[in-house]
Amino acid sequence: MLRDITIGQYFPGNSLIHRLDPRFKIVMTLIYIVMLFTGSSVFCLALGAVYTIIAIALSKIPVKMFFKSLRPLLPFLVLTAVLNVLFLDGGDVLFKWKFIEITEDGVRTSVFMIIRIVLLITGSSLLTYTTSPITLTDAIERLLSPLKKIKVPVHELAMMMSIALRFIPTLIEETDKIMSAQKARGAEIDSGSFMTRAKNMISILVPLFISSFRRADELATAMECRCYRGGDGRTRLRQLRSAARDYIALTVTVVFLAGTIVLNILLKQFGI
Amino acid sequence: MGKIIEIKDLRFAYAAQEGEKAEEVLRGISLDIEEGEFTAILGHNGSGKSTLAKHINGILVPSSGKVTVDGIDTADEEKIFELRQRAGMVFQNPDNQIVSSVVEEDVAFALENLGVPYEEMRRRVDDALKAVNMYDYRLHSPSQLSGGQKQRVAIAGIIAMEPKCIILDEPTAMLDPQGRKEVMAVIRKMNREKGITIVLITHYMDEAAQCGRVVVMDKGKVVMDDTPRAVFSQVEKMKRIGLDVPQVTELAWELRKKGYDVPADIITEDECVDAIEKLFR
Repeated sequence: MLRDITIGQYFPGNSLIHRLDPRFKIVMTLIYIVMLFTGSSVFCLALGAVYTIIAIALSKIPVKMFFKSLRPLLPFLVLTAVLNVLFLDGGDVLFKWKFIEITEDGVRTSVFMIIRIVLLITGSSLLTYTTSPITLTDAIERLLSPLKKIKVPVHELAMMMSIALRFIPTLIEETDKIMSAQKARGAEIDSGSFMTRAKNMISILVPLFISSFRRADELATAMECRCYRGGDGRTRLRQLRSAARDYIALTVTVVFLAGTIVLNILLKQFGI
Repeated sequence: MGKIIEIKDLRFAYAAQEGEKAEEVLRGISLDIEEGEFTAILGHNGSGKSTLAKHINGILVPSSGKVTVDGIDTADEEKIFELRQRAGMVFQNPDNQIVSSVVEEDVAFALENLGVPYEEMRRRVDDALKAVNMYDYRLHSPSQLSGGQKQRVAIAGIIAMEPKCIILDEPTAMLDPQGRKEVMAVIRKMNREKGITIVLITHYMDEAAQCGRVVVMDKGKVVMDDTPRAVFSQVEKMKRIGLDVPQVTELAWELRKKGYDVPADIITEDECVDAIEKLFR
């Protein structure tokens, strides 16, 4: 039952977006986020929406996947909308009942906020949908590698991250086994009150922790046997090569950011 | 051919806890292994066989005595990586020695650490994967593989370093019969085709019977060191140490006890079948 959990939200494929250099993808996602936060009107967000739609179309990932990624945020979106509508004053009053006053500005802001959040989530999901966690870790390591100069252990952090990713399926399998073993001895894991269940979880966590430490010890020995000595002087099998398409995609993203900034200034001048 | 592993009067004790006396795990072992040899080390739990294995590639260093591998003293810290490249080690649990989430990247791990340039790394990784028949799985995740396949990937990761000798510490102990067969086939192939010296620590007597030489350890000492045939024919001595002999050897031994005329040094199934056939004639 635990085995069905998929880690990360990677959606394997071979589209243009999938093939982009992960380093560029991360940078482009950052630019995209900046773009959404610079835009101060619905028109600017329209530009962001166009960008998102093009990217989704190119990624060939079913649109319903993106709706799925939004679902957990639904309560948050509703809350944002309600708060903005109720507590923001300004412009014409559209509706008034006792102390509740809904104004034009309130509605406008809440629509604006919702679109911004939706775009933000959709755009960043696109990064994790089209890039496997391990590639992502790799790209982050390389992007952050200048930080090594100020003694940030970038390689070590990335190594920890990738080992964690590697061991997630193993530990899930192990948890499954321990659960069966404890159930066979009469442990009640699925029934009882919340407190009993929480207490019974201890009987799963303790063996899991002990075995994880043993695994860590063995893995460390095995890594030493294969001449592991930290990040210095390492070469990599996974080569990240940037191609023309990466630079084109980056240029397009920057153009969109510039467009948003220009639009922002123009709109302000005309006082819209 | 010369000696690749030379062990001289090796003694080792783990650091003692406070108030306890350090007990020697290895008590004076001398052992030479020739290049290209296929040696099995047998011994029951606590006989010191895994501890001995860990001395061969410098995970442990002797308390006294000396271990030399291909001319490198294992206590020489400056040459430790050179040593580990020449003497690779495969462990029991395949899950705990695979580092990466992609098969080919795991095989490349040692080469990445050694700073091997990309083109050469690519070639060596592909060769190693083909040698263990796992090339088709190079882009899989280790969690999708069976135990035997994972262990073959772990062996490929060692072969990619192009070592002169491989020490395997009970590599088949956690595998099903099919996985054991696959792994043993790969180990024998490495020895035969690439001439890699193999030191196989095992619990399985039929695996030891496939080796060229069997070293039996008991209480931190080498008690027997001979061909499998010579070792296993001493059934009573083996039993005294607490070890078994291959099933066919035991069968022949029981038959001899009952007065039947079968050879004492049977170690393969075919030999056993022949001997029993003769009885019926």
